[in-house]
Amino acid sequence: MCGIAGIIHKKAGKGVNIGEQMTSMLQALKHRGPDSTGYAMYGKDNGNQILRFKVAEAADLEGSYDIHAIIKDRLETVNSRLTELGVKVVKKESPTEYAHRYEVKFSGDMKKVADFVEDVEGVEILSIGNSLELVKDLGDASVVSDQYGLNDFNGTHGIGHTRMATESDVDIRSAHPYWAYPFSDVAVVHNGQLTNYWTNRRALERSGHRFSSNCDSELIAVYLADRMSQGDDLETAMKGSIDYLDGVFTYLVATKDQLGMAKDVMAAKPMVVYEGEDMIALASEEVAIRTLFDHRIETFDPYHGEVKVWQN
Amino acid sequence: MAELRKETSQEMGLHDEQLKGRTQKKFFSIDESENLTYFHSFDVDTNKSATIDALDMTPREINREIRELMEKGIGDITVDNPMSRHGVGVGILNRLNLTFSDSLGYFGCGLIDGPNVHIKGRVGWSCAENMMAGTVVIDKNAGSTFGAAIRGGDLVCKGSVGARTGIDQKGGTIIVGGKTGAFSGFMMQRGRMIVLGDAGMNLGDSMYDGTIYVGGEVEELGVDCVQADMTELDVRYLTEKLALYGMKTPRGVEKMQKHTSGKMLWNYANLEPNEKKLIL
Repeated sequence: MCGIAGIIHKKAGKGVNIGEQMTSMLQALKHRGPDSTGYAMYGKDNGNQILRFKVAEAADLEGSYDIHAIIKDRLETVNSRLTELGVKVVKKESPTEYAHRYEVKFSGDMKKVADFVEDVEGVEILSIGNSLELVKDLGDASVVSDQYGLNDFNGTHGIGHTRMATESDVDIRSAHPYWAYPFSDVAVVHNGQLTNYWTNRRALERSGHRFSSNCDSELIAVYLADRMSQGDDLETAMKGSIDYLDGVFTYLVATKDQLGMAKDVMAAKPMVVYEGEDMIALASEEVAIRTLFDHRIETFDPYHGEVKVWQN
Repeated sequence: MAELRKETSQEMGLHDEQLKGRTQKKFFSIDESENLTYFHSFDVDTNKSATIDALDMTPREINREIRELMEKGIGDITVDNPMSRHGVGVGILNRLNLTFSDSLGYFGCGLIDGPNVHIKGRVGWSCAENMMAGTVVIDKNAGSTFGAAIRGGDLVCKGSVGARTGIDQKGGTIIVGGKTGAFSGFMMQRGRMIVLGDAGMNLGDSMYDGTIYVGGEVEELGVDCVQADMTELDVRYLTEKLALYGMKTPRGVEKMQKHTSGKMLWNYANLEPNEKKLIL
């Protein structure tokens, strides 16, 4: 089933506690998917690139006697490869043993960095961006936000996902959001099933795109990345996705300063939108949006085949 | 438990129909009037009122509170702060004036038979699913599968509704003040749907019977759905029905488009009138 939610503040100023707001909405959607929870949130750009990556799955910690040594080895290899490419790490944080957040200074080709780092066995880049912070792990929103300290995350906008695994495994790799590799600051969450996933995946792989999971939702992120690499703006790429994707879907996509929503032509998956003067909030169910307000609000359901993009 | 008066059931014409099948015969037997009422239906007085503040209540607690108030004979209940919760106001099987002061989530007011419900907000997916009788009036918008499989009563949304409105509709009337989404009237089997605004693609797809009136533009008709001629009776019916809820169509009901099923079941012509009723 899955639940998706997003929020964008038009007048965020120095930032709003979107970590708390997203957690509140995603926790209200827990019944739509308790397997994993993910956030893609956009904070203040301080000039550094933020690299979020994992060196193992959460489940790996229980699967092998020497996993701690393996994780340590992988992390050292990542560090040495970053050094080799001239990436200067200015800040390191490790919310868990397997998930890491680096603030880096680098003016070269980040795709090359991503490819070189992901070449290390078991390592996956979750996101790269100037303001994007992509966090995903097993459990509900309160578990993940506590684990990663997201409850006081200040920013302008974000999207999130609560997952009920139907098409692939219960692991971090298959959890949403998906970063639109290799584009900085672009992330996607999806509710639905895509029936032309394999056909389109093979075609995109032949064009040189990489998939990190077997989750059908990743196709949306890769497709948008492909279209934007060919010059489409976000809205045009999203409109193209309505015909390109077969199946049932509602998805959200966020960039450094935009939040977009697309719904399939059969409108088979839900989405409710609150559009205020200062803030737009979207979720699979209104009950999630209501957690942000202590008064009555006006909401609406987007039409079938509809694409909407908001700017902060 | 409310007793069904014999003369009322006769007025309703229940005994004029020679329905076939053991189950129906038993159900409609006046000598077994207990079969015509439900467990958990209550005699209520609509002059007695009560208000529930649902701010910190679960859906189950809200529904239980409504039932307990009905059990005490209260027939006019207002629920404040429903907070878009799912599955609220369901399974009410007797007359009752029920008001929600704000929006509801999924499956609001499903499986009801008799109450008059007013929702002063929006509703999520599958509002009034399987409704048998009564009225549900929503002031704002509604999500998809609005009025799925309803069998009777009036379901009114003054705003716009999502996709698959009236899917599997088996009776009753659905009225939409704004536009309706794709596949509205999908597999409709009976009843009427009145849409004052536009209708999305595949309107009335695979419908067997029933009538769909549209005041705005129809994006595309579905398989088996055809346009039919408006009659004087249609105009009178629409005028009177919309007046009940203070609703109007900008172009006038005479300009509405009428849609019915263009498909006849393969052996429909060979059926006896009673059998035709049964298959519908």
